[in-house]
Amino acid sequence: MSSSPALDVDALLDTACIVVCCGSGGVGKTTTAAALALRAAERGRRVVVLTIDPAKRLAQSMGLSELDNTPRPVDGVDPAAGGSLDAMMLDMKRTFDEIVLAHADEEKAQQIFANPFYQALSSSFAGTQEYMAMEKLGQLKAAGGHDLIVVDTPPTRSALDFLDAPERMTTLMDGRMVRILLAPAKAGGKAYLKVVTTGFSVFTSAITRIIGAQVLQDVSQFVAALETMFGGFRERAQATYDLLKSEGTAFVVVAAPERDALREASYFVERLAEERMPLAGLVVNRVHRSAATALSAERALAAAEQVRGGSPDDVLAEGVLRLHAERMALAAREKRLRERFTGAHPAVPVVEVAALAGDVHDLDGLRRIGEDLARGREAAAPSA
Amino acid sequence: MADFADVRLHVVSGKGGTGKTTVAAALALALASGGRRVLLTEVEGRQGIAQLFDTPPLPYEERKVAVAPGGGDVFALAIDPEQALLDYLHMFYKLSPTGIPARTLRRMGAIDFATTIAPGLRDVLLTGKVKEAVVRQDKAGRHAYDAVVLDAPPTGRIARFLNISHEVGGLARMGPIKTQSEGVMQVLRSPATAVHLVTLLEEMPVQETIDGVAELQSLGLPVGGVVVNAVRTPALPPAELTAARSGGLDAGRLSTALTGTGLDVPDDVVAALLGEVGEHAERVDLEERGRDALAHLSRPTYELPRMADAVALDSLYAMAEALRAQGMV
Repeated sequence: MSSSPALDVDALLDTACIVVCCGSGGVGKTTTAAALALRAAERGRRVVVLTIDPAKRLAQSMGLSELDNTPRPVDGVDPAAGGSLDAMMLDMKRTFDEIVLAHADEEKAQQIFANPFYQALSSSFAGTQEYMAMEKLGQLKAAGGHDLIVVDTPPTRSALDFLDAPERMTTLMDGRMVRILLAPAKAGGKAYLKVVTTGFSVFTSAITRIIGAQVLQDVSQFVAALETMFGGFRERAQATYDLLKSEGTAFVVVAAPERDALREASYFVERLAEERMPLAGLVVNRVHRSAATALSAERALAAAEQVRGGSPDDVLAEGVLRLHAERMALAAREKRLRERFTGAHPAVPVVEVAALAGDVHDLDGLRRIGEDLARGREAAAPSA
Repeated sequence: MADFADVRLHVVSGKGGTGKTTVAAALALALASGGRRVLLTEVEGRQGIAQLFDTPPLPYEERKVAVAPGGGDVFALAIDPEQALLDYLHMFYKLSPTGIPARTLRRMGAIDFATTIAPGLRDVLLTGKVKEAVVRQDKAGRHAYDAVVLDAPPTGRIARFLNISHEVGGLARMGPIKTQSEGVMQVLRSPATAVHLVTLLEEMPVQETIDGVAELQSLGLPVGGVVVNAVRTPALPPAELTAARSGGLDAGRLSTALTGTGLDVPDDVVAALLGEVGEHAERVDLEERGRDALAHLSRPTYELPRMADAVALDSLYAMAEALRAQGMV
């Protein structure tokens, strides 16, 4: 067995204020977030789980027919311990609109809403999601009413882009690029070239040639409209960043025992360490185990080779033995991959969750995963 | 005639964890077999191709990574948005990447702005570079590559990614961006392009595949085939699997059958083995239902078996052969 410490999930769920789940796609991240939230709720905490995945997967697994931009109570949660569970799915555009309304006056806000660049940016472009998720997290935190917020992130590396948000805002709004873009709007468009000093002439002619005068005009108006509210936006991004770094926040990296998924997990772990973000540990989902380790893969395979006849019992014996040998080989390979990860990150606590035969679509399924998460790796043995 | 013989741009998408990079690489090998030149590209900065072919990280340069059976070369390119932008400026505006205008743009933060902050431009640049590789010709008018394979963003994002030029083109009512976007969309919407979706026979990937096909079709993007990856081979005949699923396999019978192979298996191990067979039967049944759901799409479908080590290089060649044998390319 590798020597990494076990992740104490219950201790985490009883004390944390914010848990952020990150990891690559297809590793069961949304399900893990939901299972953690449900378990915390049934241990007595008032929990809200926020997913920003556009697929309505969380909704499916929590039996909700619709998730919108506000927390909705989840039915069927055991209230005996005094806790509760709400769930919500991020509506990117609505969240963006709310920010605009909070920071700009009515007239300005309408101007921004009407700009074609705003419409595209707020509803469909990649990258906006991460910022809006953090904005929503800040809002939920500020609103109070929950002891614990569990956040699910998009299944890409850019999930951690929000960590750069405050810096990017600053670079963007203080940059010369934006001042130049603002020039035409401030000067009323046609005077664009006149207001820009001669030092910028190479630049301006290049940029007008490349993007065209009309687009430049739209972008300029858009940036000018946003500029008035960016100060507030930047401060809030900074506040959220500080919140993430604070005590009470914990990042959970989710992976499956596969090469690519664990490599992405390493990337997340290292990135979080660079930013000094509090990492709680790694959850490895879909781990294959066998309860028949007494029969080794080699012996099973050797016995399967001995089968000569074609009777139903022969076919049964051979099939069962080969299946077992495959499973033992898979468990061994997964173990090697996990050990490679723990070798590189020996201090990161790990917890493993067994692969299930079917998919999870209800609270009972989530509850079982929660139990497996809390049981930790001690009970995860025997594994091949 | 193969199903996608006339396609020059193969876009490969799939839900995370379905093996889309592996399938894209196998498809590139399959396309290259018999002496053709194929370019395999990635756009997500993950260096998945380099890891797959066990080469050092790819620079922004088309580099040979594999030789296909019967001759034929697979080149690979990891497209980086900043380099793609400089390329674009060079090609269309004759701005040398090291010249004063390009350096000025960089110094002013315009390159950063365009590749990381400006809405959608990043994806426009990435798809633009792919399109450039598809239409590139030598002096004699021959295509530089017989086919281009794109290891594309996942299914949840693919339609938006491919349609980005249309959206940006809509924002720019005229001018160079408009022209460029239209050129990209023309290639992406043409019969020379096919968007293939990789899936596993599990509920969520199957559902995302079905949703993805609908979304692509609604945007007028050409849907190609469905590649079903990591398909299980049933370990037992159907009747035994049905029995195993309902707990109807008899422990005494299994114990006797195992004794027949010369093994002496204790009861608790027999019980554990029965449990494993039950789970397998459950999975096989789930796969069957997934297969039925995919059949409703009426798209050409190809199956790749579960590999003991799916990321090994020889598995890649085996997958390429399986795709060819099923007539995909």
